[in-house]
Amino acid sequence: MTAYLIRRIGISIVVIVGIALLTFVATHVIAPTPGRAVLGDKATIAAVDAFNRAHGYDRAVWAQFGSYLWQLVHGNLGYSYKLNQSVDSLIIENAPHSMWLSGSSLVLSILIAIPLGIFQAVKRNSVADQSITAVAFTAYSMPQNFLGILLIGFLAISFHVFPAEASQNEGILPYMLALRANFLPIMTLTITAVAGYSRYMRSSALDALAQDYIRLARAKGLAERTVLRRHLFRNASLSLVTLIGLSIPALLGGNLVVEYLFNSHGLGLLFINELGNEDFSTVIALTLLAGIATVVGNLVADVALTVADPRIRIN
Amino acid sequence: MAINIGETAEELRPATAGPEGGQVQGPRAGWRLAISSFVENRLAVVGTAIIAFFVLFCFAGPVFYHTNQTSTNVINAFVSPSGSYPLGTDANGFDELGRIMKGGQAALEIGFFSSLIATVIGTLVGAVAGLLGGIVDSALMRFVDILLSLPLLFVILIVGDRYNGATVLNLSLIIGAFSWLVSARLVRGEVLSLRVRDFVQASRTMGATRTHLIYKHLIPNALGVVIVNITFQVADAINLLAILGFLGFGLNYPSVSWGDMLSKALAYLADGYWWVVYPVGICLVAVVMAFNFIGDAMRDTVDVRLRRR
Repeated sequence: MTAYLIRRIGISIVVIVGIALLTFVATHVIAPTPGRAVLGDKATIAAVDAFNRAHGYDRAVWAQFGSYLWQLVHGNLGYSYKLNQSVDSLIIENAPHSMWLSGSSLVLSILIAIPLGIFQAVKRNSVADQSITAVAFTAYSMPQNFLGILLIGFLAISFHVFPAEASQNEGILPYMLALRANFLPIMTLTITAVAGYSRYMRSSALDALAQDYIRLARAKGLAERTVLRRHLFRNASLSLVTLIGLSIPALLGGNLVVEYLFNSHGLGLLFINELGNEDFSTVIALTLLAGIATVVGNLVADVALTVADPRIRIN
Repeated sequence: MAINIGETAEELRPATAGPEGGQVQGPRAGWRLAISSFVENRLAVVGTAIIAFFVLFCFAGPVFYHTNQTSTNVINAFVSPSGSYPLGTDANGFDELGRIMKGGQAALEIGFFSSLIATVIGTLVGAVAGLLGGIVDSALMRFVDILLSLPLLFVILIVGDRYNGATVLNLSLIIGAFSWLVSARLVRGEVLSLRVRDFVQASRTMGATRTHLIYKHLIPNALGVVIVNITFQVADAINLLAILGFLGFGLNYPSVSWGDMLSKALAYLADGYWWVVYPVGICLVAVVMAFNFIGDAMRDTVDVRLRRR
């Protein structure tokens, strides 16, 4: 088990260095020297060169990569010349909003998907099961922006139940408390997640229901509810552990589409705005961050699955 | 299993028998089996019908239903659905139904081309990695892992921003260039498991060259997985295209795709112009659902055949 962990962590580190290399190459190709961008079109060539030399942009490529890695290890993700802030401060400003949206939708979707999957498996092929499958399938096939548009169209514009824009509060505490304003974005994310999870949850619950230990539990005379709670619940949730691990990247990567649609100031909206602003240091730093979050999320998912499912450990 | 006296030896043989003991394959083997099992799945038939309908609607529709899609007619902008405009008009006075047909052309084209590109690259890389094994395999798979860790949407947006992603060909290339990773993994897994199968070992024992193995045994057997993957790729590509168009990275005016038509959807809805938003969305959802139905059915078909072996 520890050998597996060590190997897995080793692979993750290699992948992270690889991602850093990729993002560094991308920065170098797109905007190798920010001197011109910072000093403007009217600056003299000498001034631009002096700037580049002062900030170390004229060194050999591998030297620049070395200092890039060194900066990364120290948590310095670069500087945004367009917004005149360090990327770190930008992320600290915007990340909590993204994390709140992603986190609350993750929790909600788990709370909904697991009982829903078990319900579908128990009432297999009934009208309820088939209609839930149909709705989940439709939501799964929808691009996230159209789902959001539908929700806004009906709940915000036609019936004025919720506002069409997410809370614009800068501070994280007021933002979290603005439940009515943030309801639609969270619901969009939750519906997308539940639609994706429910397919796996249903088949996983069906597989678990067919196992012998369920028959034994029933034969022993346990109430159906106890059987479901004690035996089915944990075994059916296993497939969900991996899915949840794969959803962790969204916590740090930002939900581009939903934030753009509802104008919620998180990392995703930051990405889109800075892309339009040609602020590549921020854009690529965000991509790097999302990449690292994905690697960490995969690692967590693998480890969690190994911990949750002893069969994998023994094999 | 209870045995009745009256049963013949024929009936006693299990229904899922393969070619054992000299039994010749009946006419329901191979492709016929796959197709008949596919057709039994009602959703798959519905899906195929939907796609056939949309292909005809988008490509053959404009031939029969002439609308002016090039010169604007702003006086007629935002006319609600009525006699001469079945679905109303959009911001530039174009007939909305004709717009949907035109948008569908681009959406379907990009969906198909990008998934074709992605599958070709992915199959090649996966097959090479699976066959050669060793260092090449590890290096390729680490490379795939690294690329897979980057969020697809971010990467495509950056590339699309830098390298004019505004034509059908460019968008297909960009989407295809980053979607091949999943097929590569799938094909590699399939090739790895096929390599150690008996029929490959037998063929090798008989002296088959690598080329013979690849073309006669590995590729035909991996084809099932590849086809399932193509179908889901098309669905994902159309979804991705919808999101890209919505974010403003779609095709340039006057060409249009379904995603672009949704980019100002909120503003239109707030003004009450529902006919510019909902019909396009419904078409999008219908097409993606159809491809998902077909993909699911194909996956069941391929798995069933594996189970019967």
